[in-house]
Amino acid sequence: MTTFVNLTLGGLSSGAVYAALGLSLVIIYRATRVVNFAQPALALISSYLAYSVTKGTGSYWLGFVAAIVAGTLLGVVVERLIIRPLRHAGELSAIIATLGLLLLLQAVAGMIWSNEPHAFAYAFDFRGRFSPSDLFAVLAVVVAATGVLLLFKFTPLGLRLRATAFNPEVAKLVGVRVGAMLTVGWGLAAGVGSLAGLLATPPFIFPTVLDEVFVYALTAAVLGGLDNPLGTIVGGLVLGIGLSYVSGLLGAELVPLAALAILVAVLAVRPSGLFGRATARRV
Amino acid sequence: MTITSHEKLLEVDGVTVRFGGLVALHDVGLSIRPGTVVGVIGPNGAGKTTLFNVVCGFLRPDEGELRWKGRPLRKHRPDQLAGLGIARTLQGLGLFGGLTVLENVMTGAGRLARTGALASLLGTGRAARDERELRARSEDVLAELDIAHVADLLPGALPYGVRKRVALARALVAEPELLLLDEPASGLSTAEMDELATRITSLSEKTAVVLVEHHMDLVMRVCDEVVVLDFGEVIATGPPDVVRVDPAVADAYLGTAPEEQPSA
Repeated sequence: MTTFVNLTLGGLSSGAVYAALGLSLVIIYRATRVVNFAQPALALISSYLAYSVTKGTGSYWLGFVAAIVAGTLLGVVVERLIIRPLRHAGELSAIIATLGLLLLLQAVAGMIWSNEPHAFAYAFDFRGRFSPSDLFAVLAVVVAATGVLLLFKFTPLGLRLRATAFNPEVAKLVGVRVGAMLTVGWGLAAGVGSLAGLLATPPFIFPTVLDEVFVYALTAAVLGGLDNPLGTIVGGLVLGIGLSYVSGLLGAELVPLAALAILVAVLAVRPSGLFGRATARRV
Repeated sequence: MTITSHEKLLEVDGVTVRFGGLVALHDVGLSIRPGTVVGVIGPNGAGKTTLFNVVCGFLRPDEGELRWKGRPLRKHRPDQLAGLGIARTLQGLGLFGGLTVLENVMTGAGRLARTGALASLLGTGRAARDERELRARSEDVLAELDIAHVADLLPGALPYGVRKRVALARALVAEPELLLLDEPASGLSTAEMDELATRITSLSEKTAVVLVEHHMDLVMRVCDEVVVLDFGEVIATGPPDVVRVDPAVADAYLGTAPEEQPSA
């Protein structure tokens, strides 16, 4: 029983991270139909900035805030410089551009900070079952996700973001600055992604540290329906707990395999995700 | 022309649009004064929708100019239209399927919300006040159009006639000075069309209306002025009674029976 509780609690905090990174993918996907494969690299760069700032100032929280701000700005820059020029080139071009950006940014990170692992601090004490750090991860994600959902649902900006996601052409006609909304969406997504990165990176940072987490986050997003923020959060938590059971009961080496099996099974059986609505594709 | 131009809301002056070799509009001119209802009619393919798209900024004219309150509209974008005070409805309704009726209407009131993106992200009091005002105003418009009871439903669940009213509510909520209606009567029952006619007439107290429409009955009933397009050219302009008996119009479009279109 203790094992079960431990595994569940352990899964909850990693699931929260998958949920946050998954949410950052969903925010962009539902506005643009682009899966942002560069998301782990954007989060990586912001985590490295946190590493440098923390090292320079001695303050974890200064690094934390700097990383979120820089991550958000990075998302804005990527949208303006890379995604926007490709807006008439089709979604596939944008997706391939994000893949290229992933490789580029990981290489650049290695050049600046070296490919060797550096120690990366937890926010709080990380020892014991459901440590303060685990609790912080869950709370931080709950606060961020709630903020995003409230923003979407209850503010004029959120309404414009949703209108843009549903139908950009009509959104333009009713006076929404669609380009600006896409920029805001990318910034918002990258900010949430940076948070996920900061929570997922410890104890060591190196250029490919977030790759595995990204696979789980993508699985969580597919599980949730890719255009369903709430579904993705639930999907992330379910996946985190499920993988924790796999790790604890069957062996940690089976975790990536289990995640891929879930991904394939969902795509084969319910491509719109467990919580997704079967909707007409925008063409 | 220049002396009186400030009395006109919208002027379309010598507009020509070509799609490759096809001339969709040729030297089209019209002007809209405040408080009037202007109908644009013509057979299919006459250029009505093209003209609409030029006014909305989706298409740039190859020649000619648009003026809004006497000022030239150059390179205006569709998303700036609402800010100027021009609203339009769409042939295909164009409601947001994933937003409730009320939210759909609220998107139309965007120009009245002045909170920037950053303030909204930070959740300032101003953003919350804007939200409440948008919501209240949108609820009022829904009530005016007698569809307040469907505010929280998704548009997909509603009958076509009701959805058209939602689309109209979304256009009206921004209190436009000019309302462009693209085939508002298509798909409506006779009773609904009567209601629409009454509504358009009462709307003209607050806003000028441009009506692109196939239904001759409606156009003749509600319009102060009718512009007839054929093959991209204006072949007649004037009050309905005058246009109705214009031989060129009869020839191009009306024929002897108004509802029939001779082989166009």
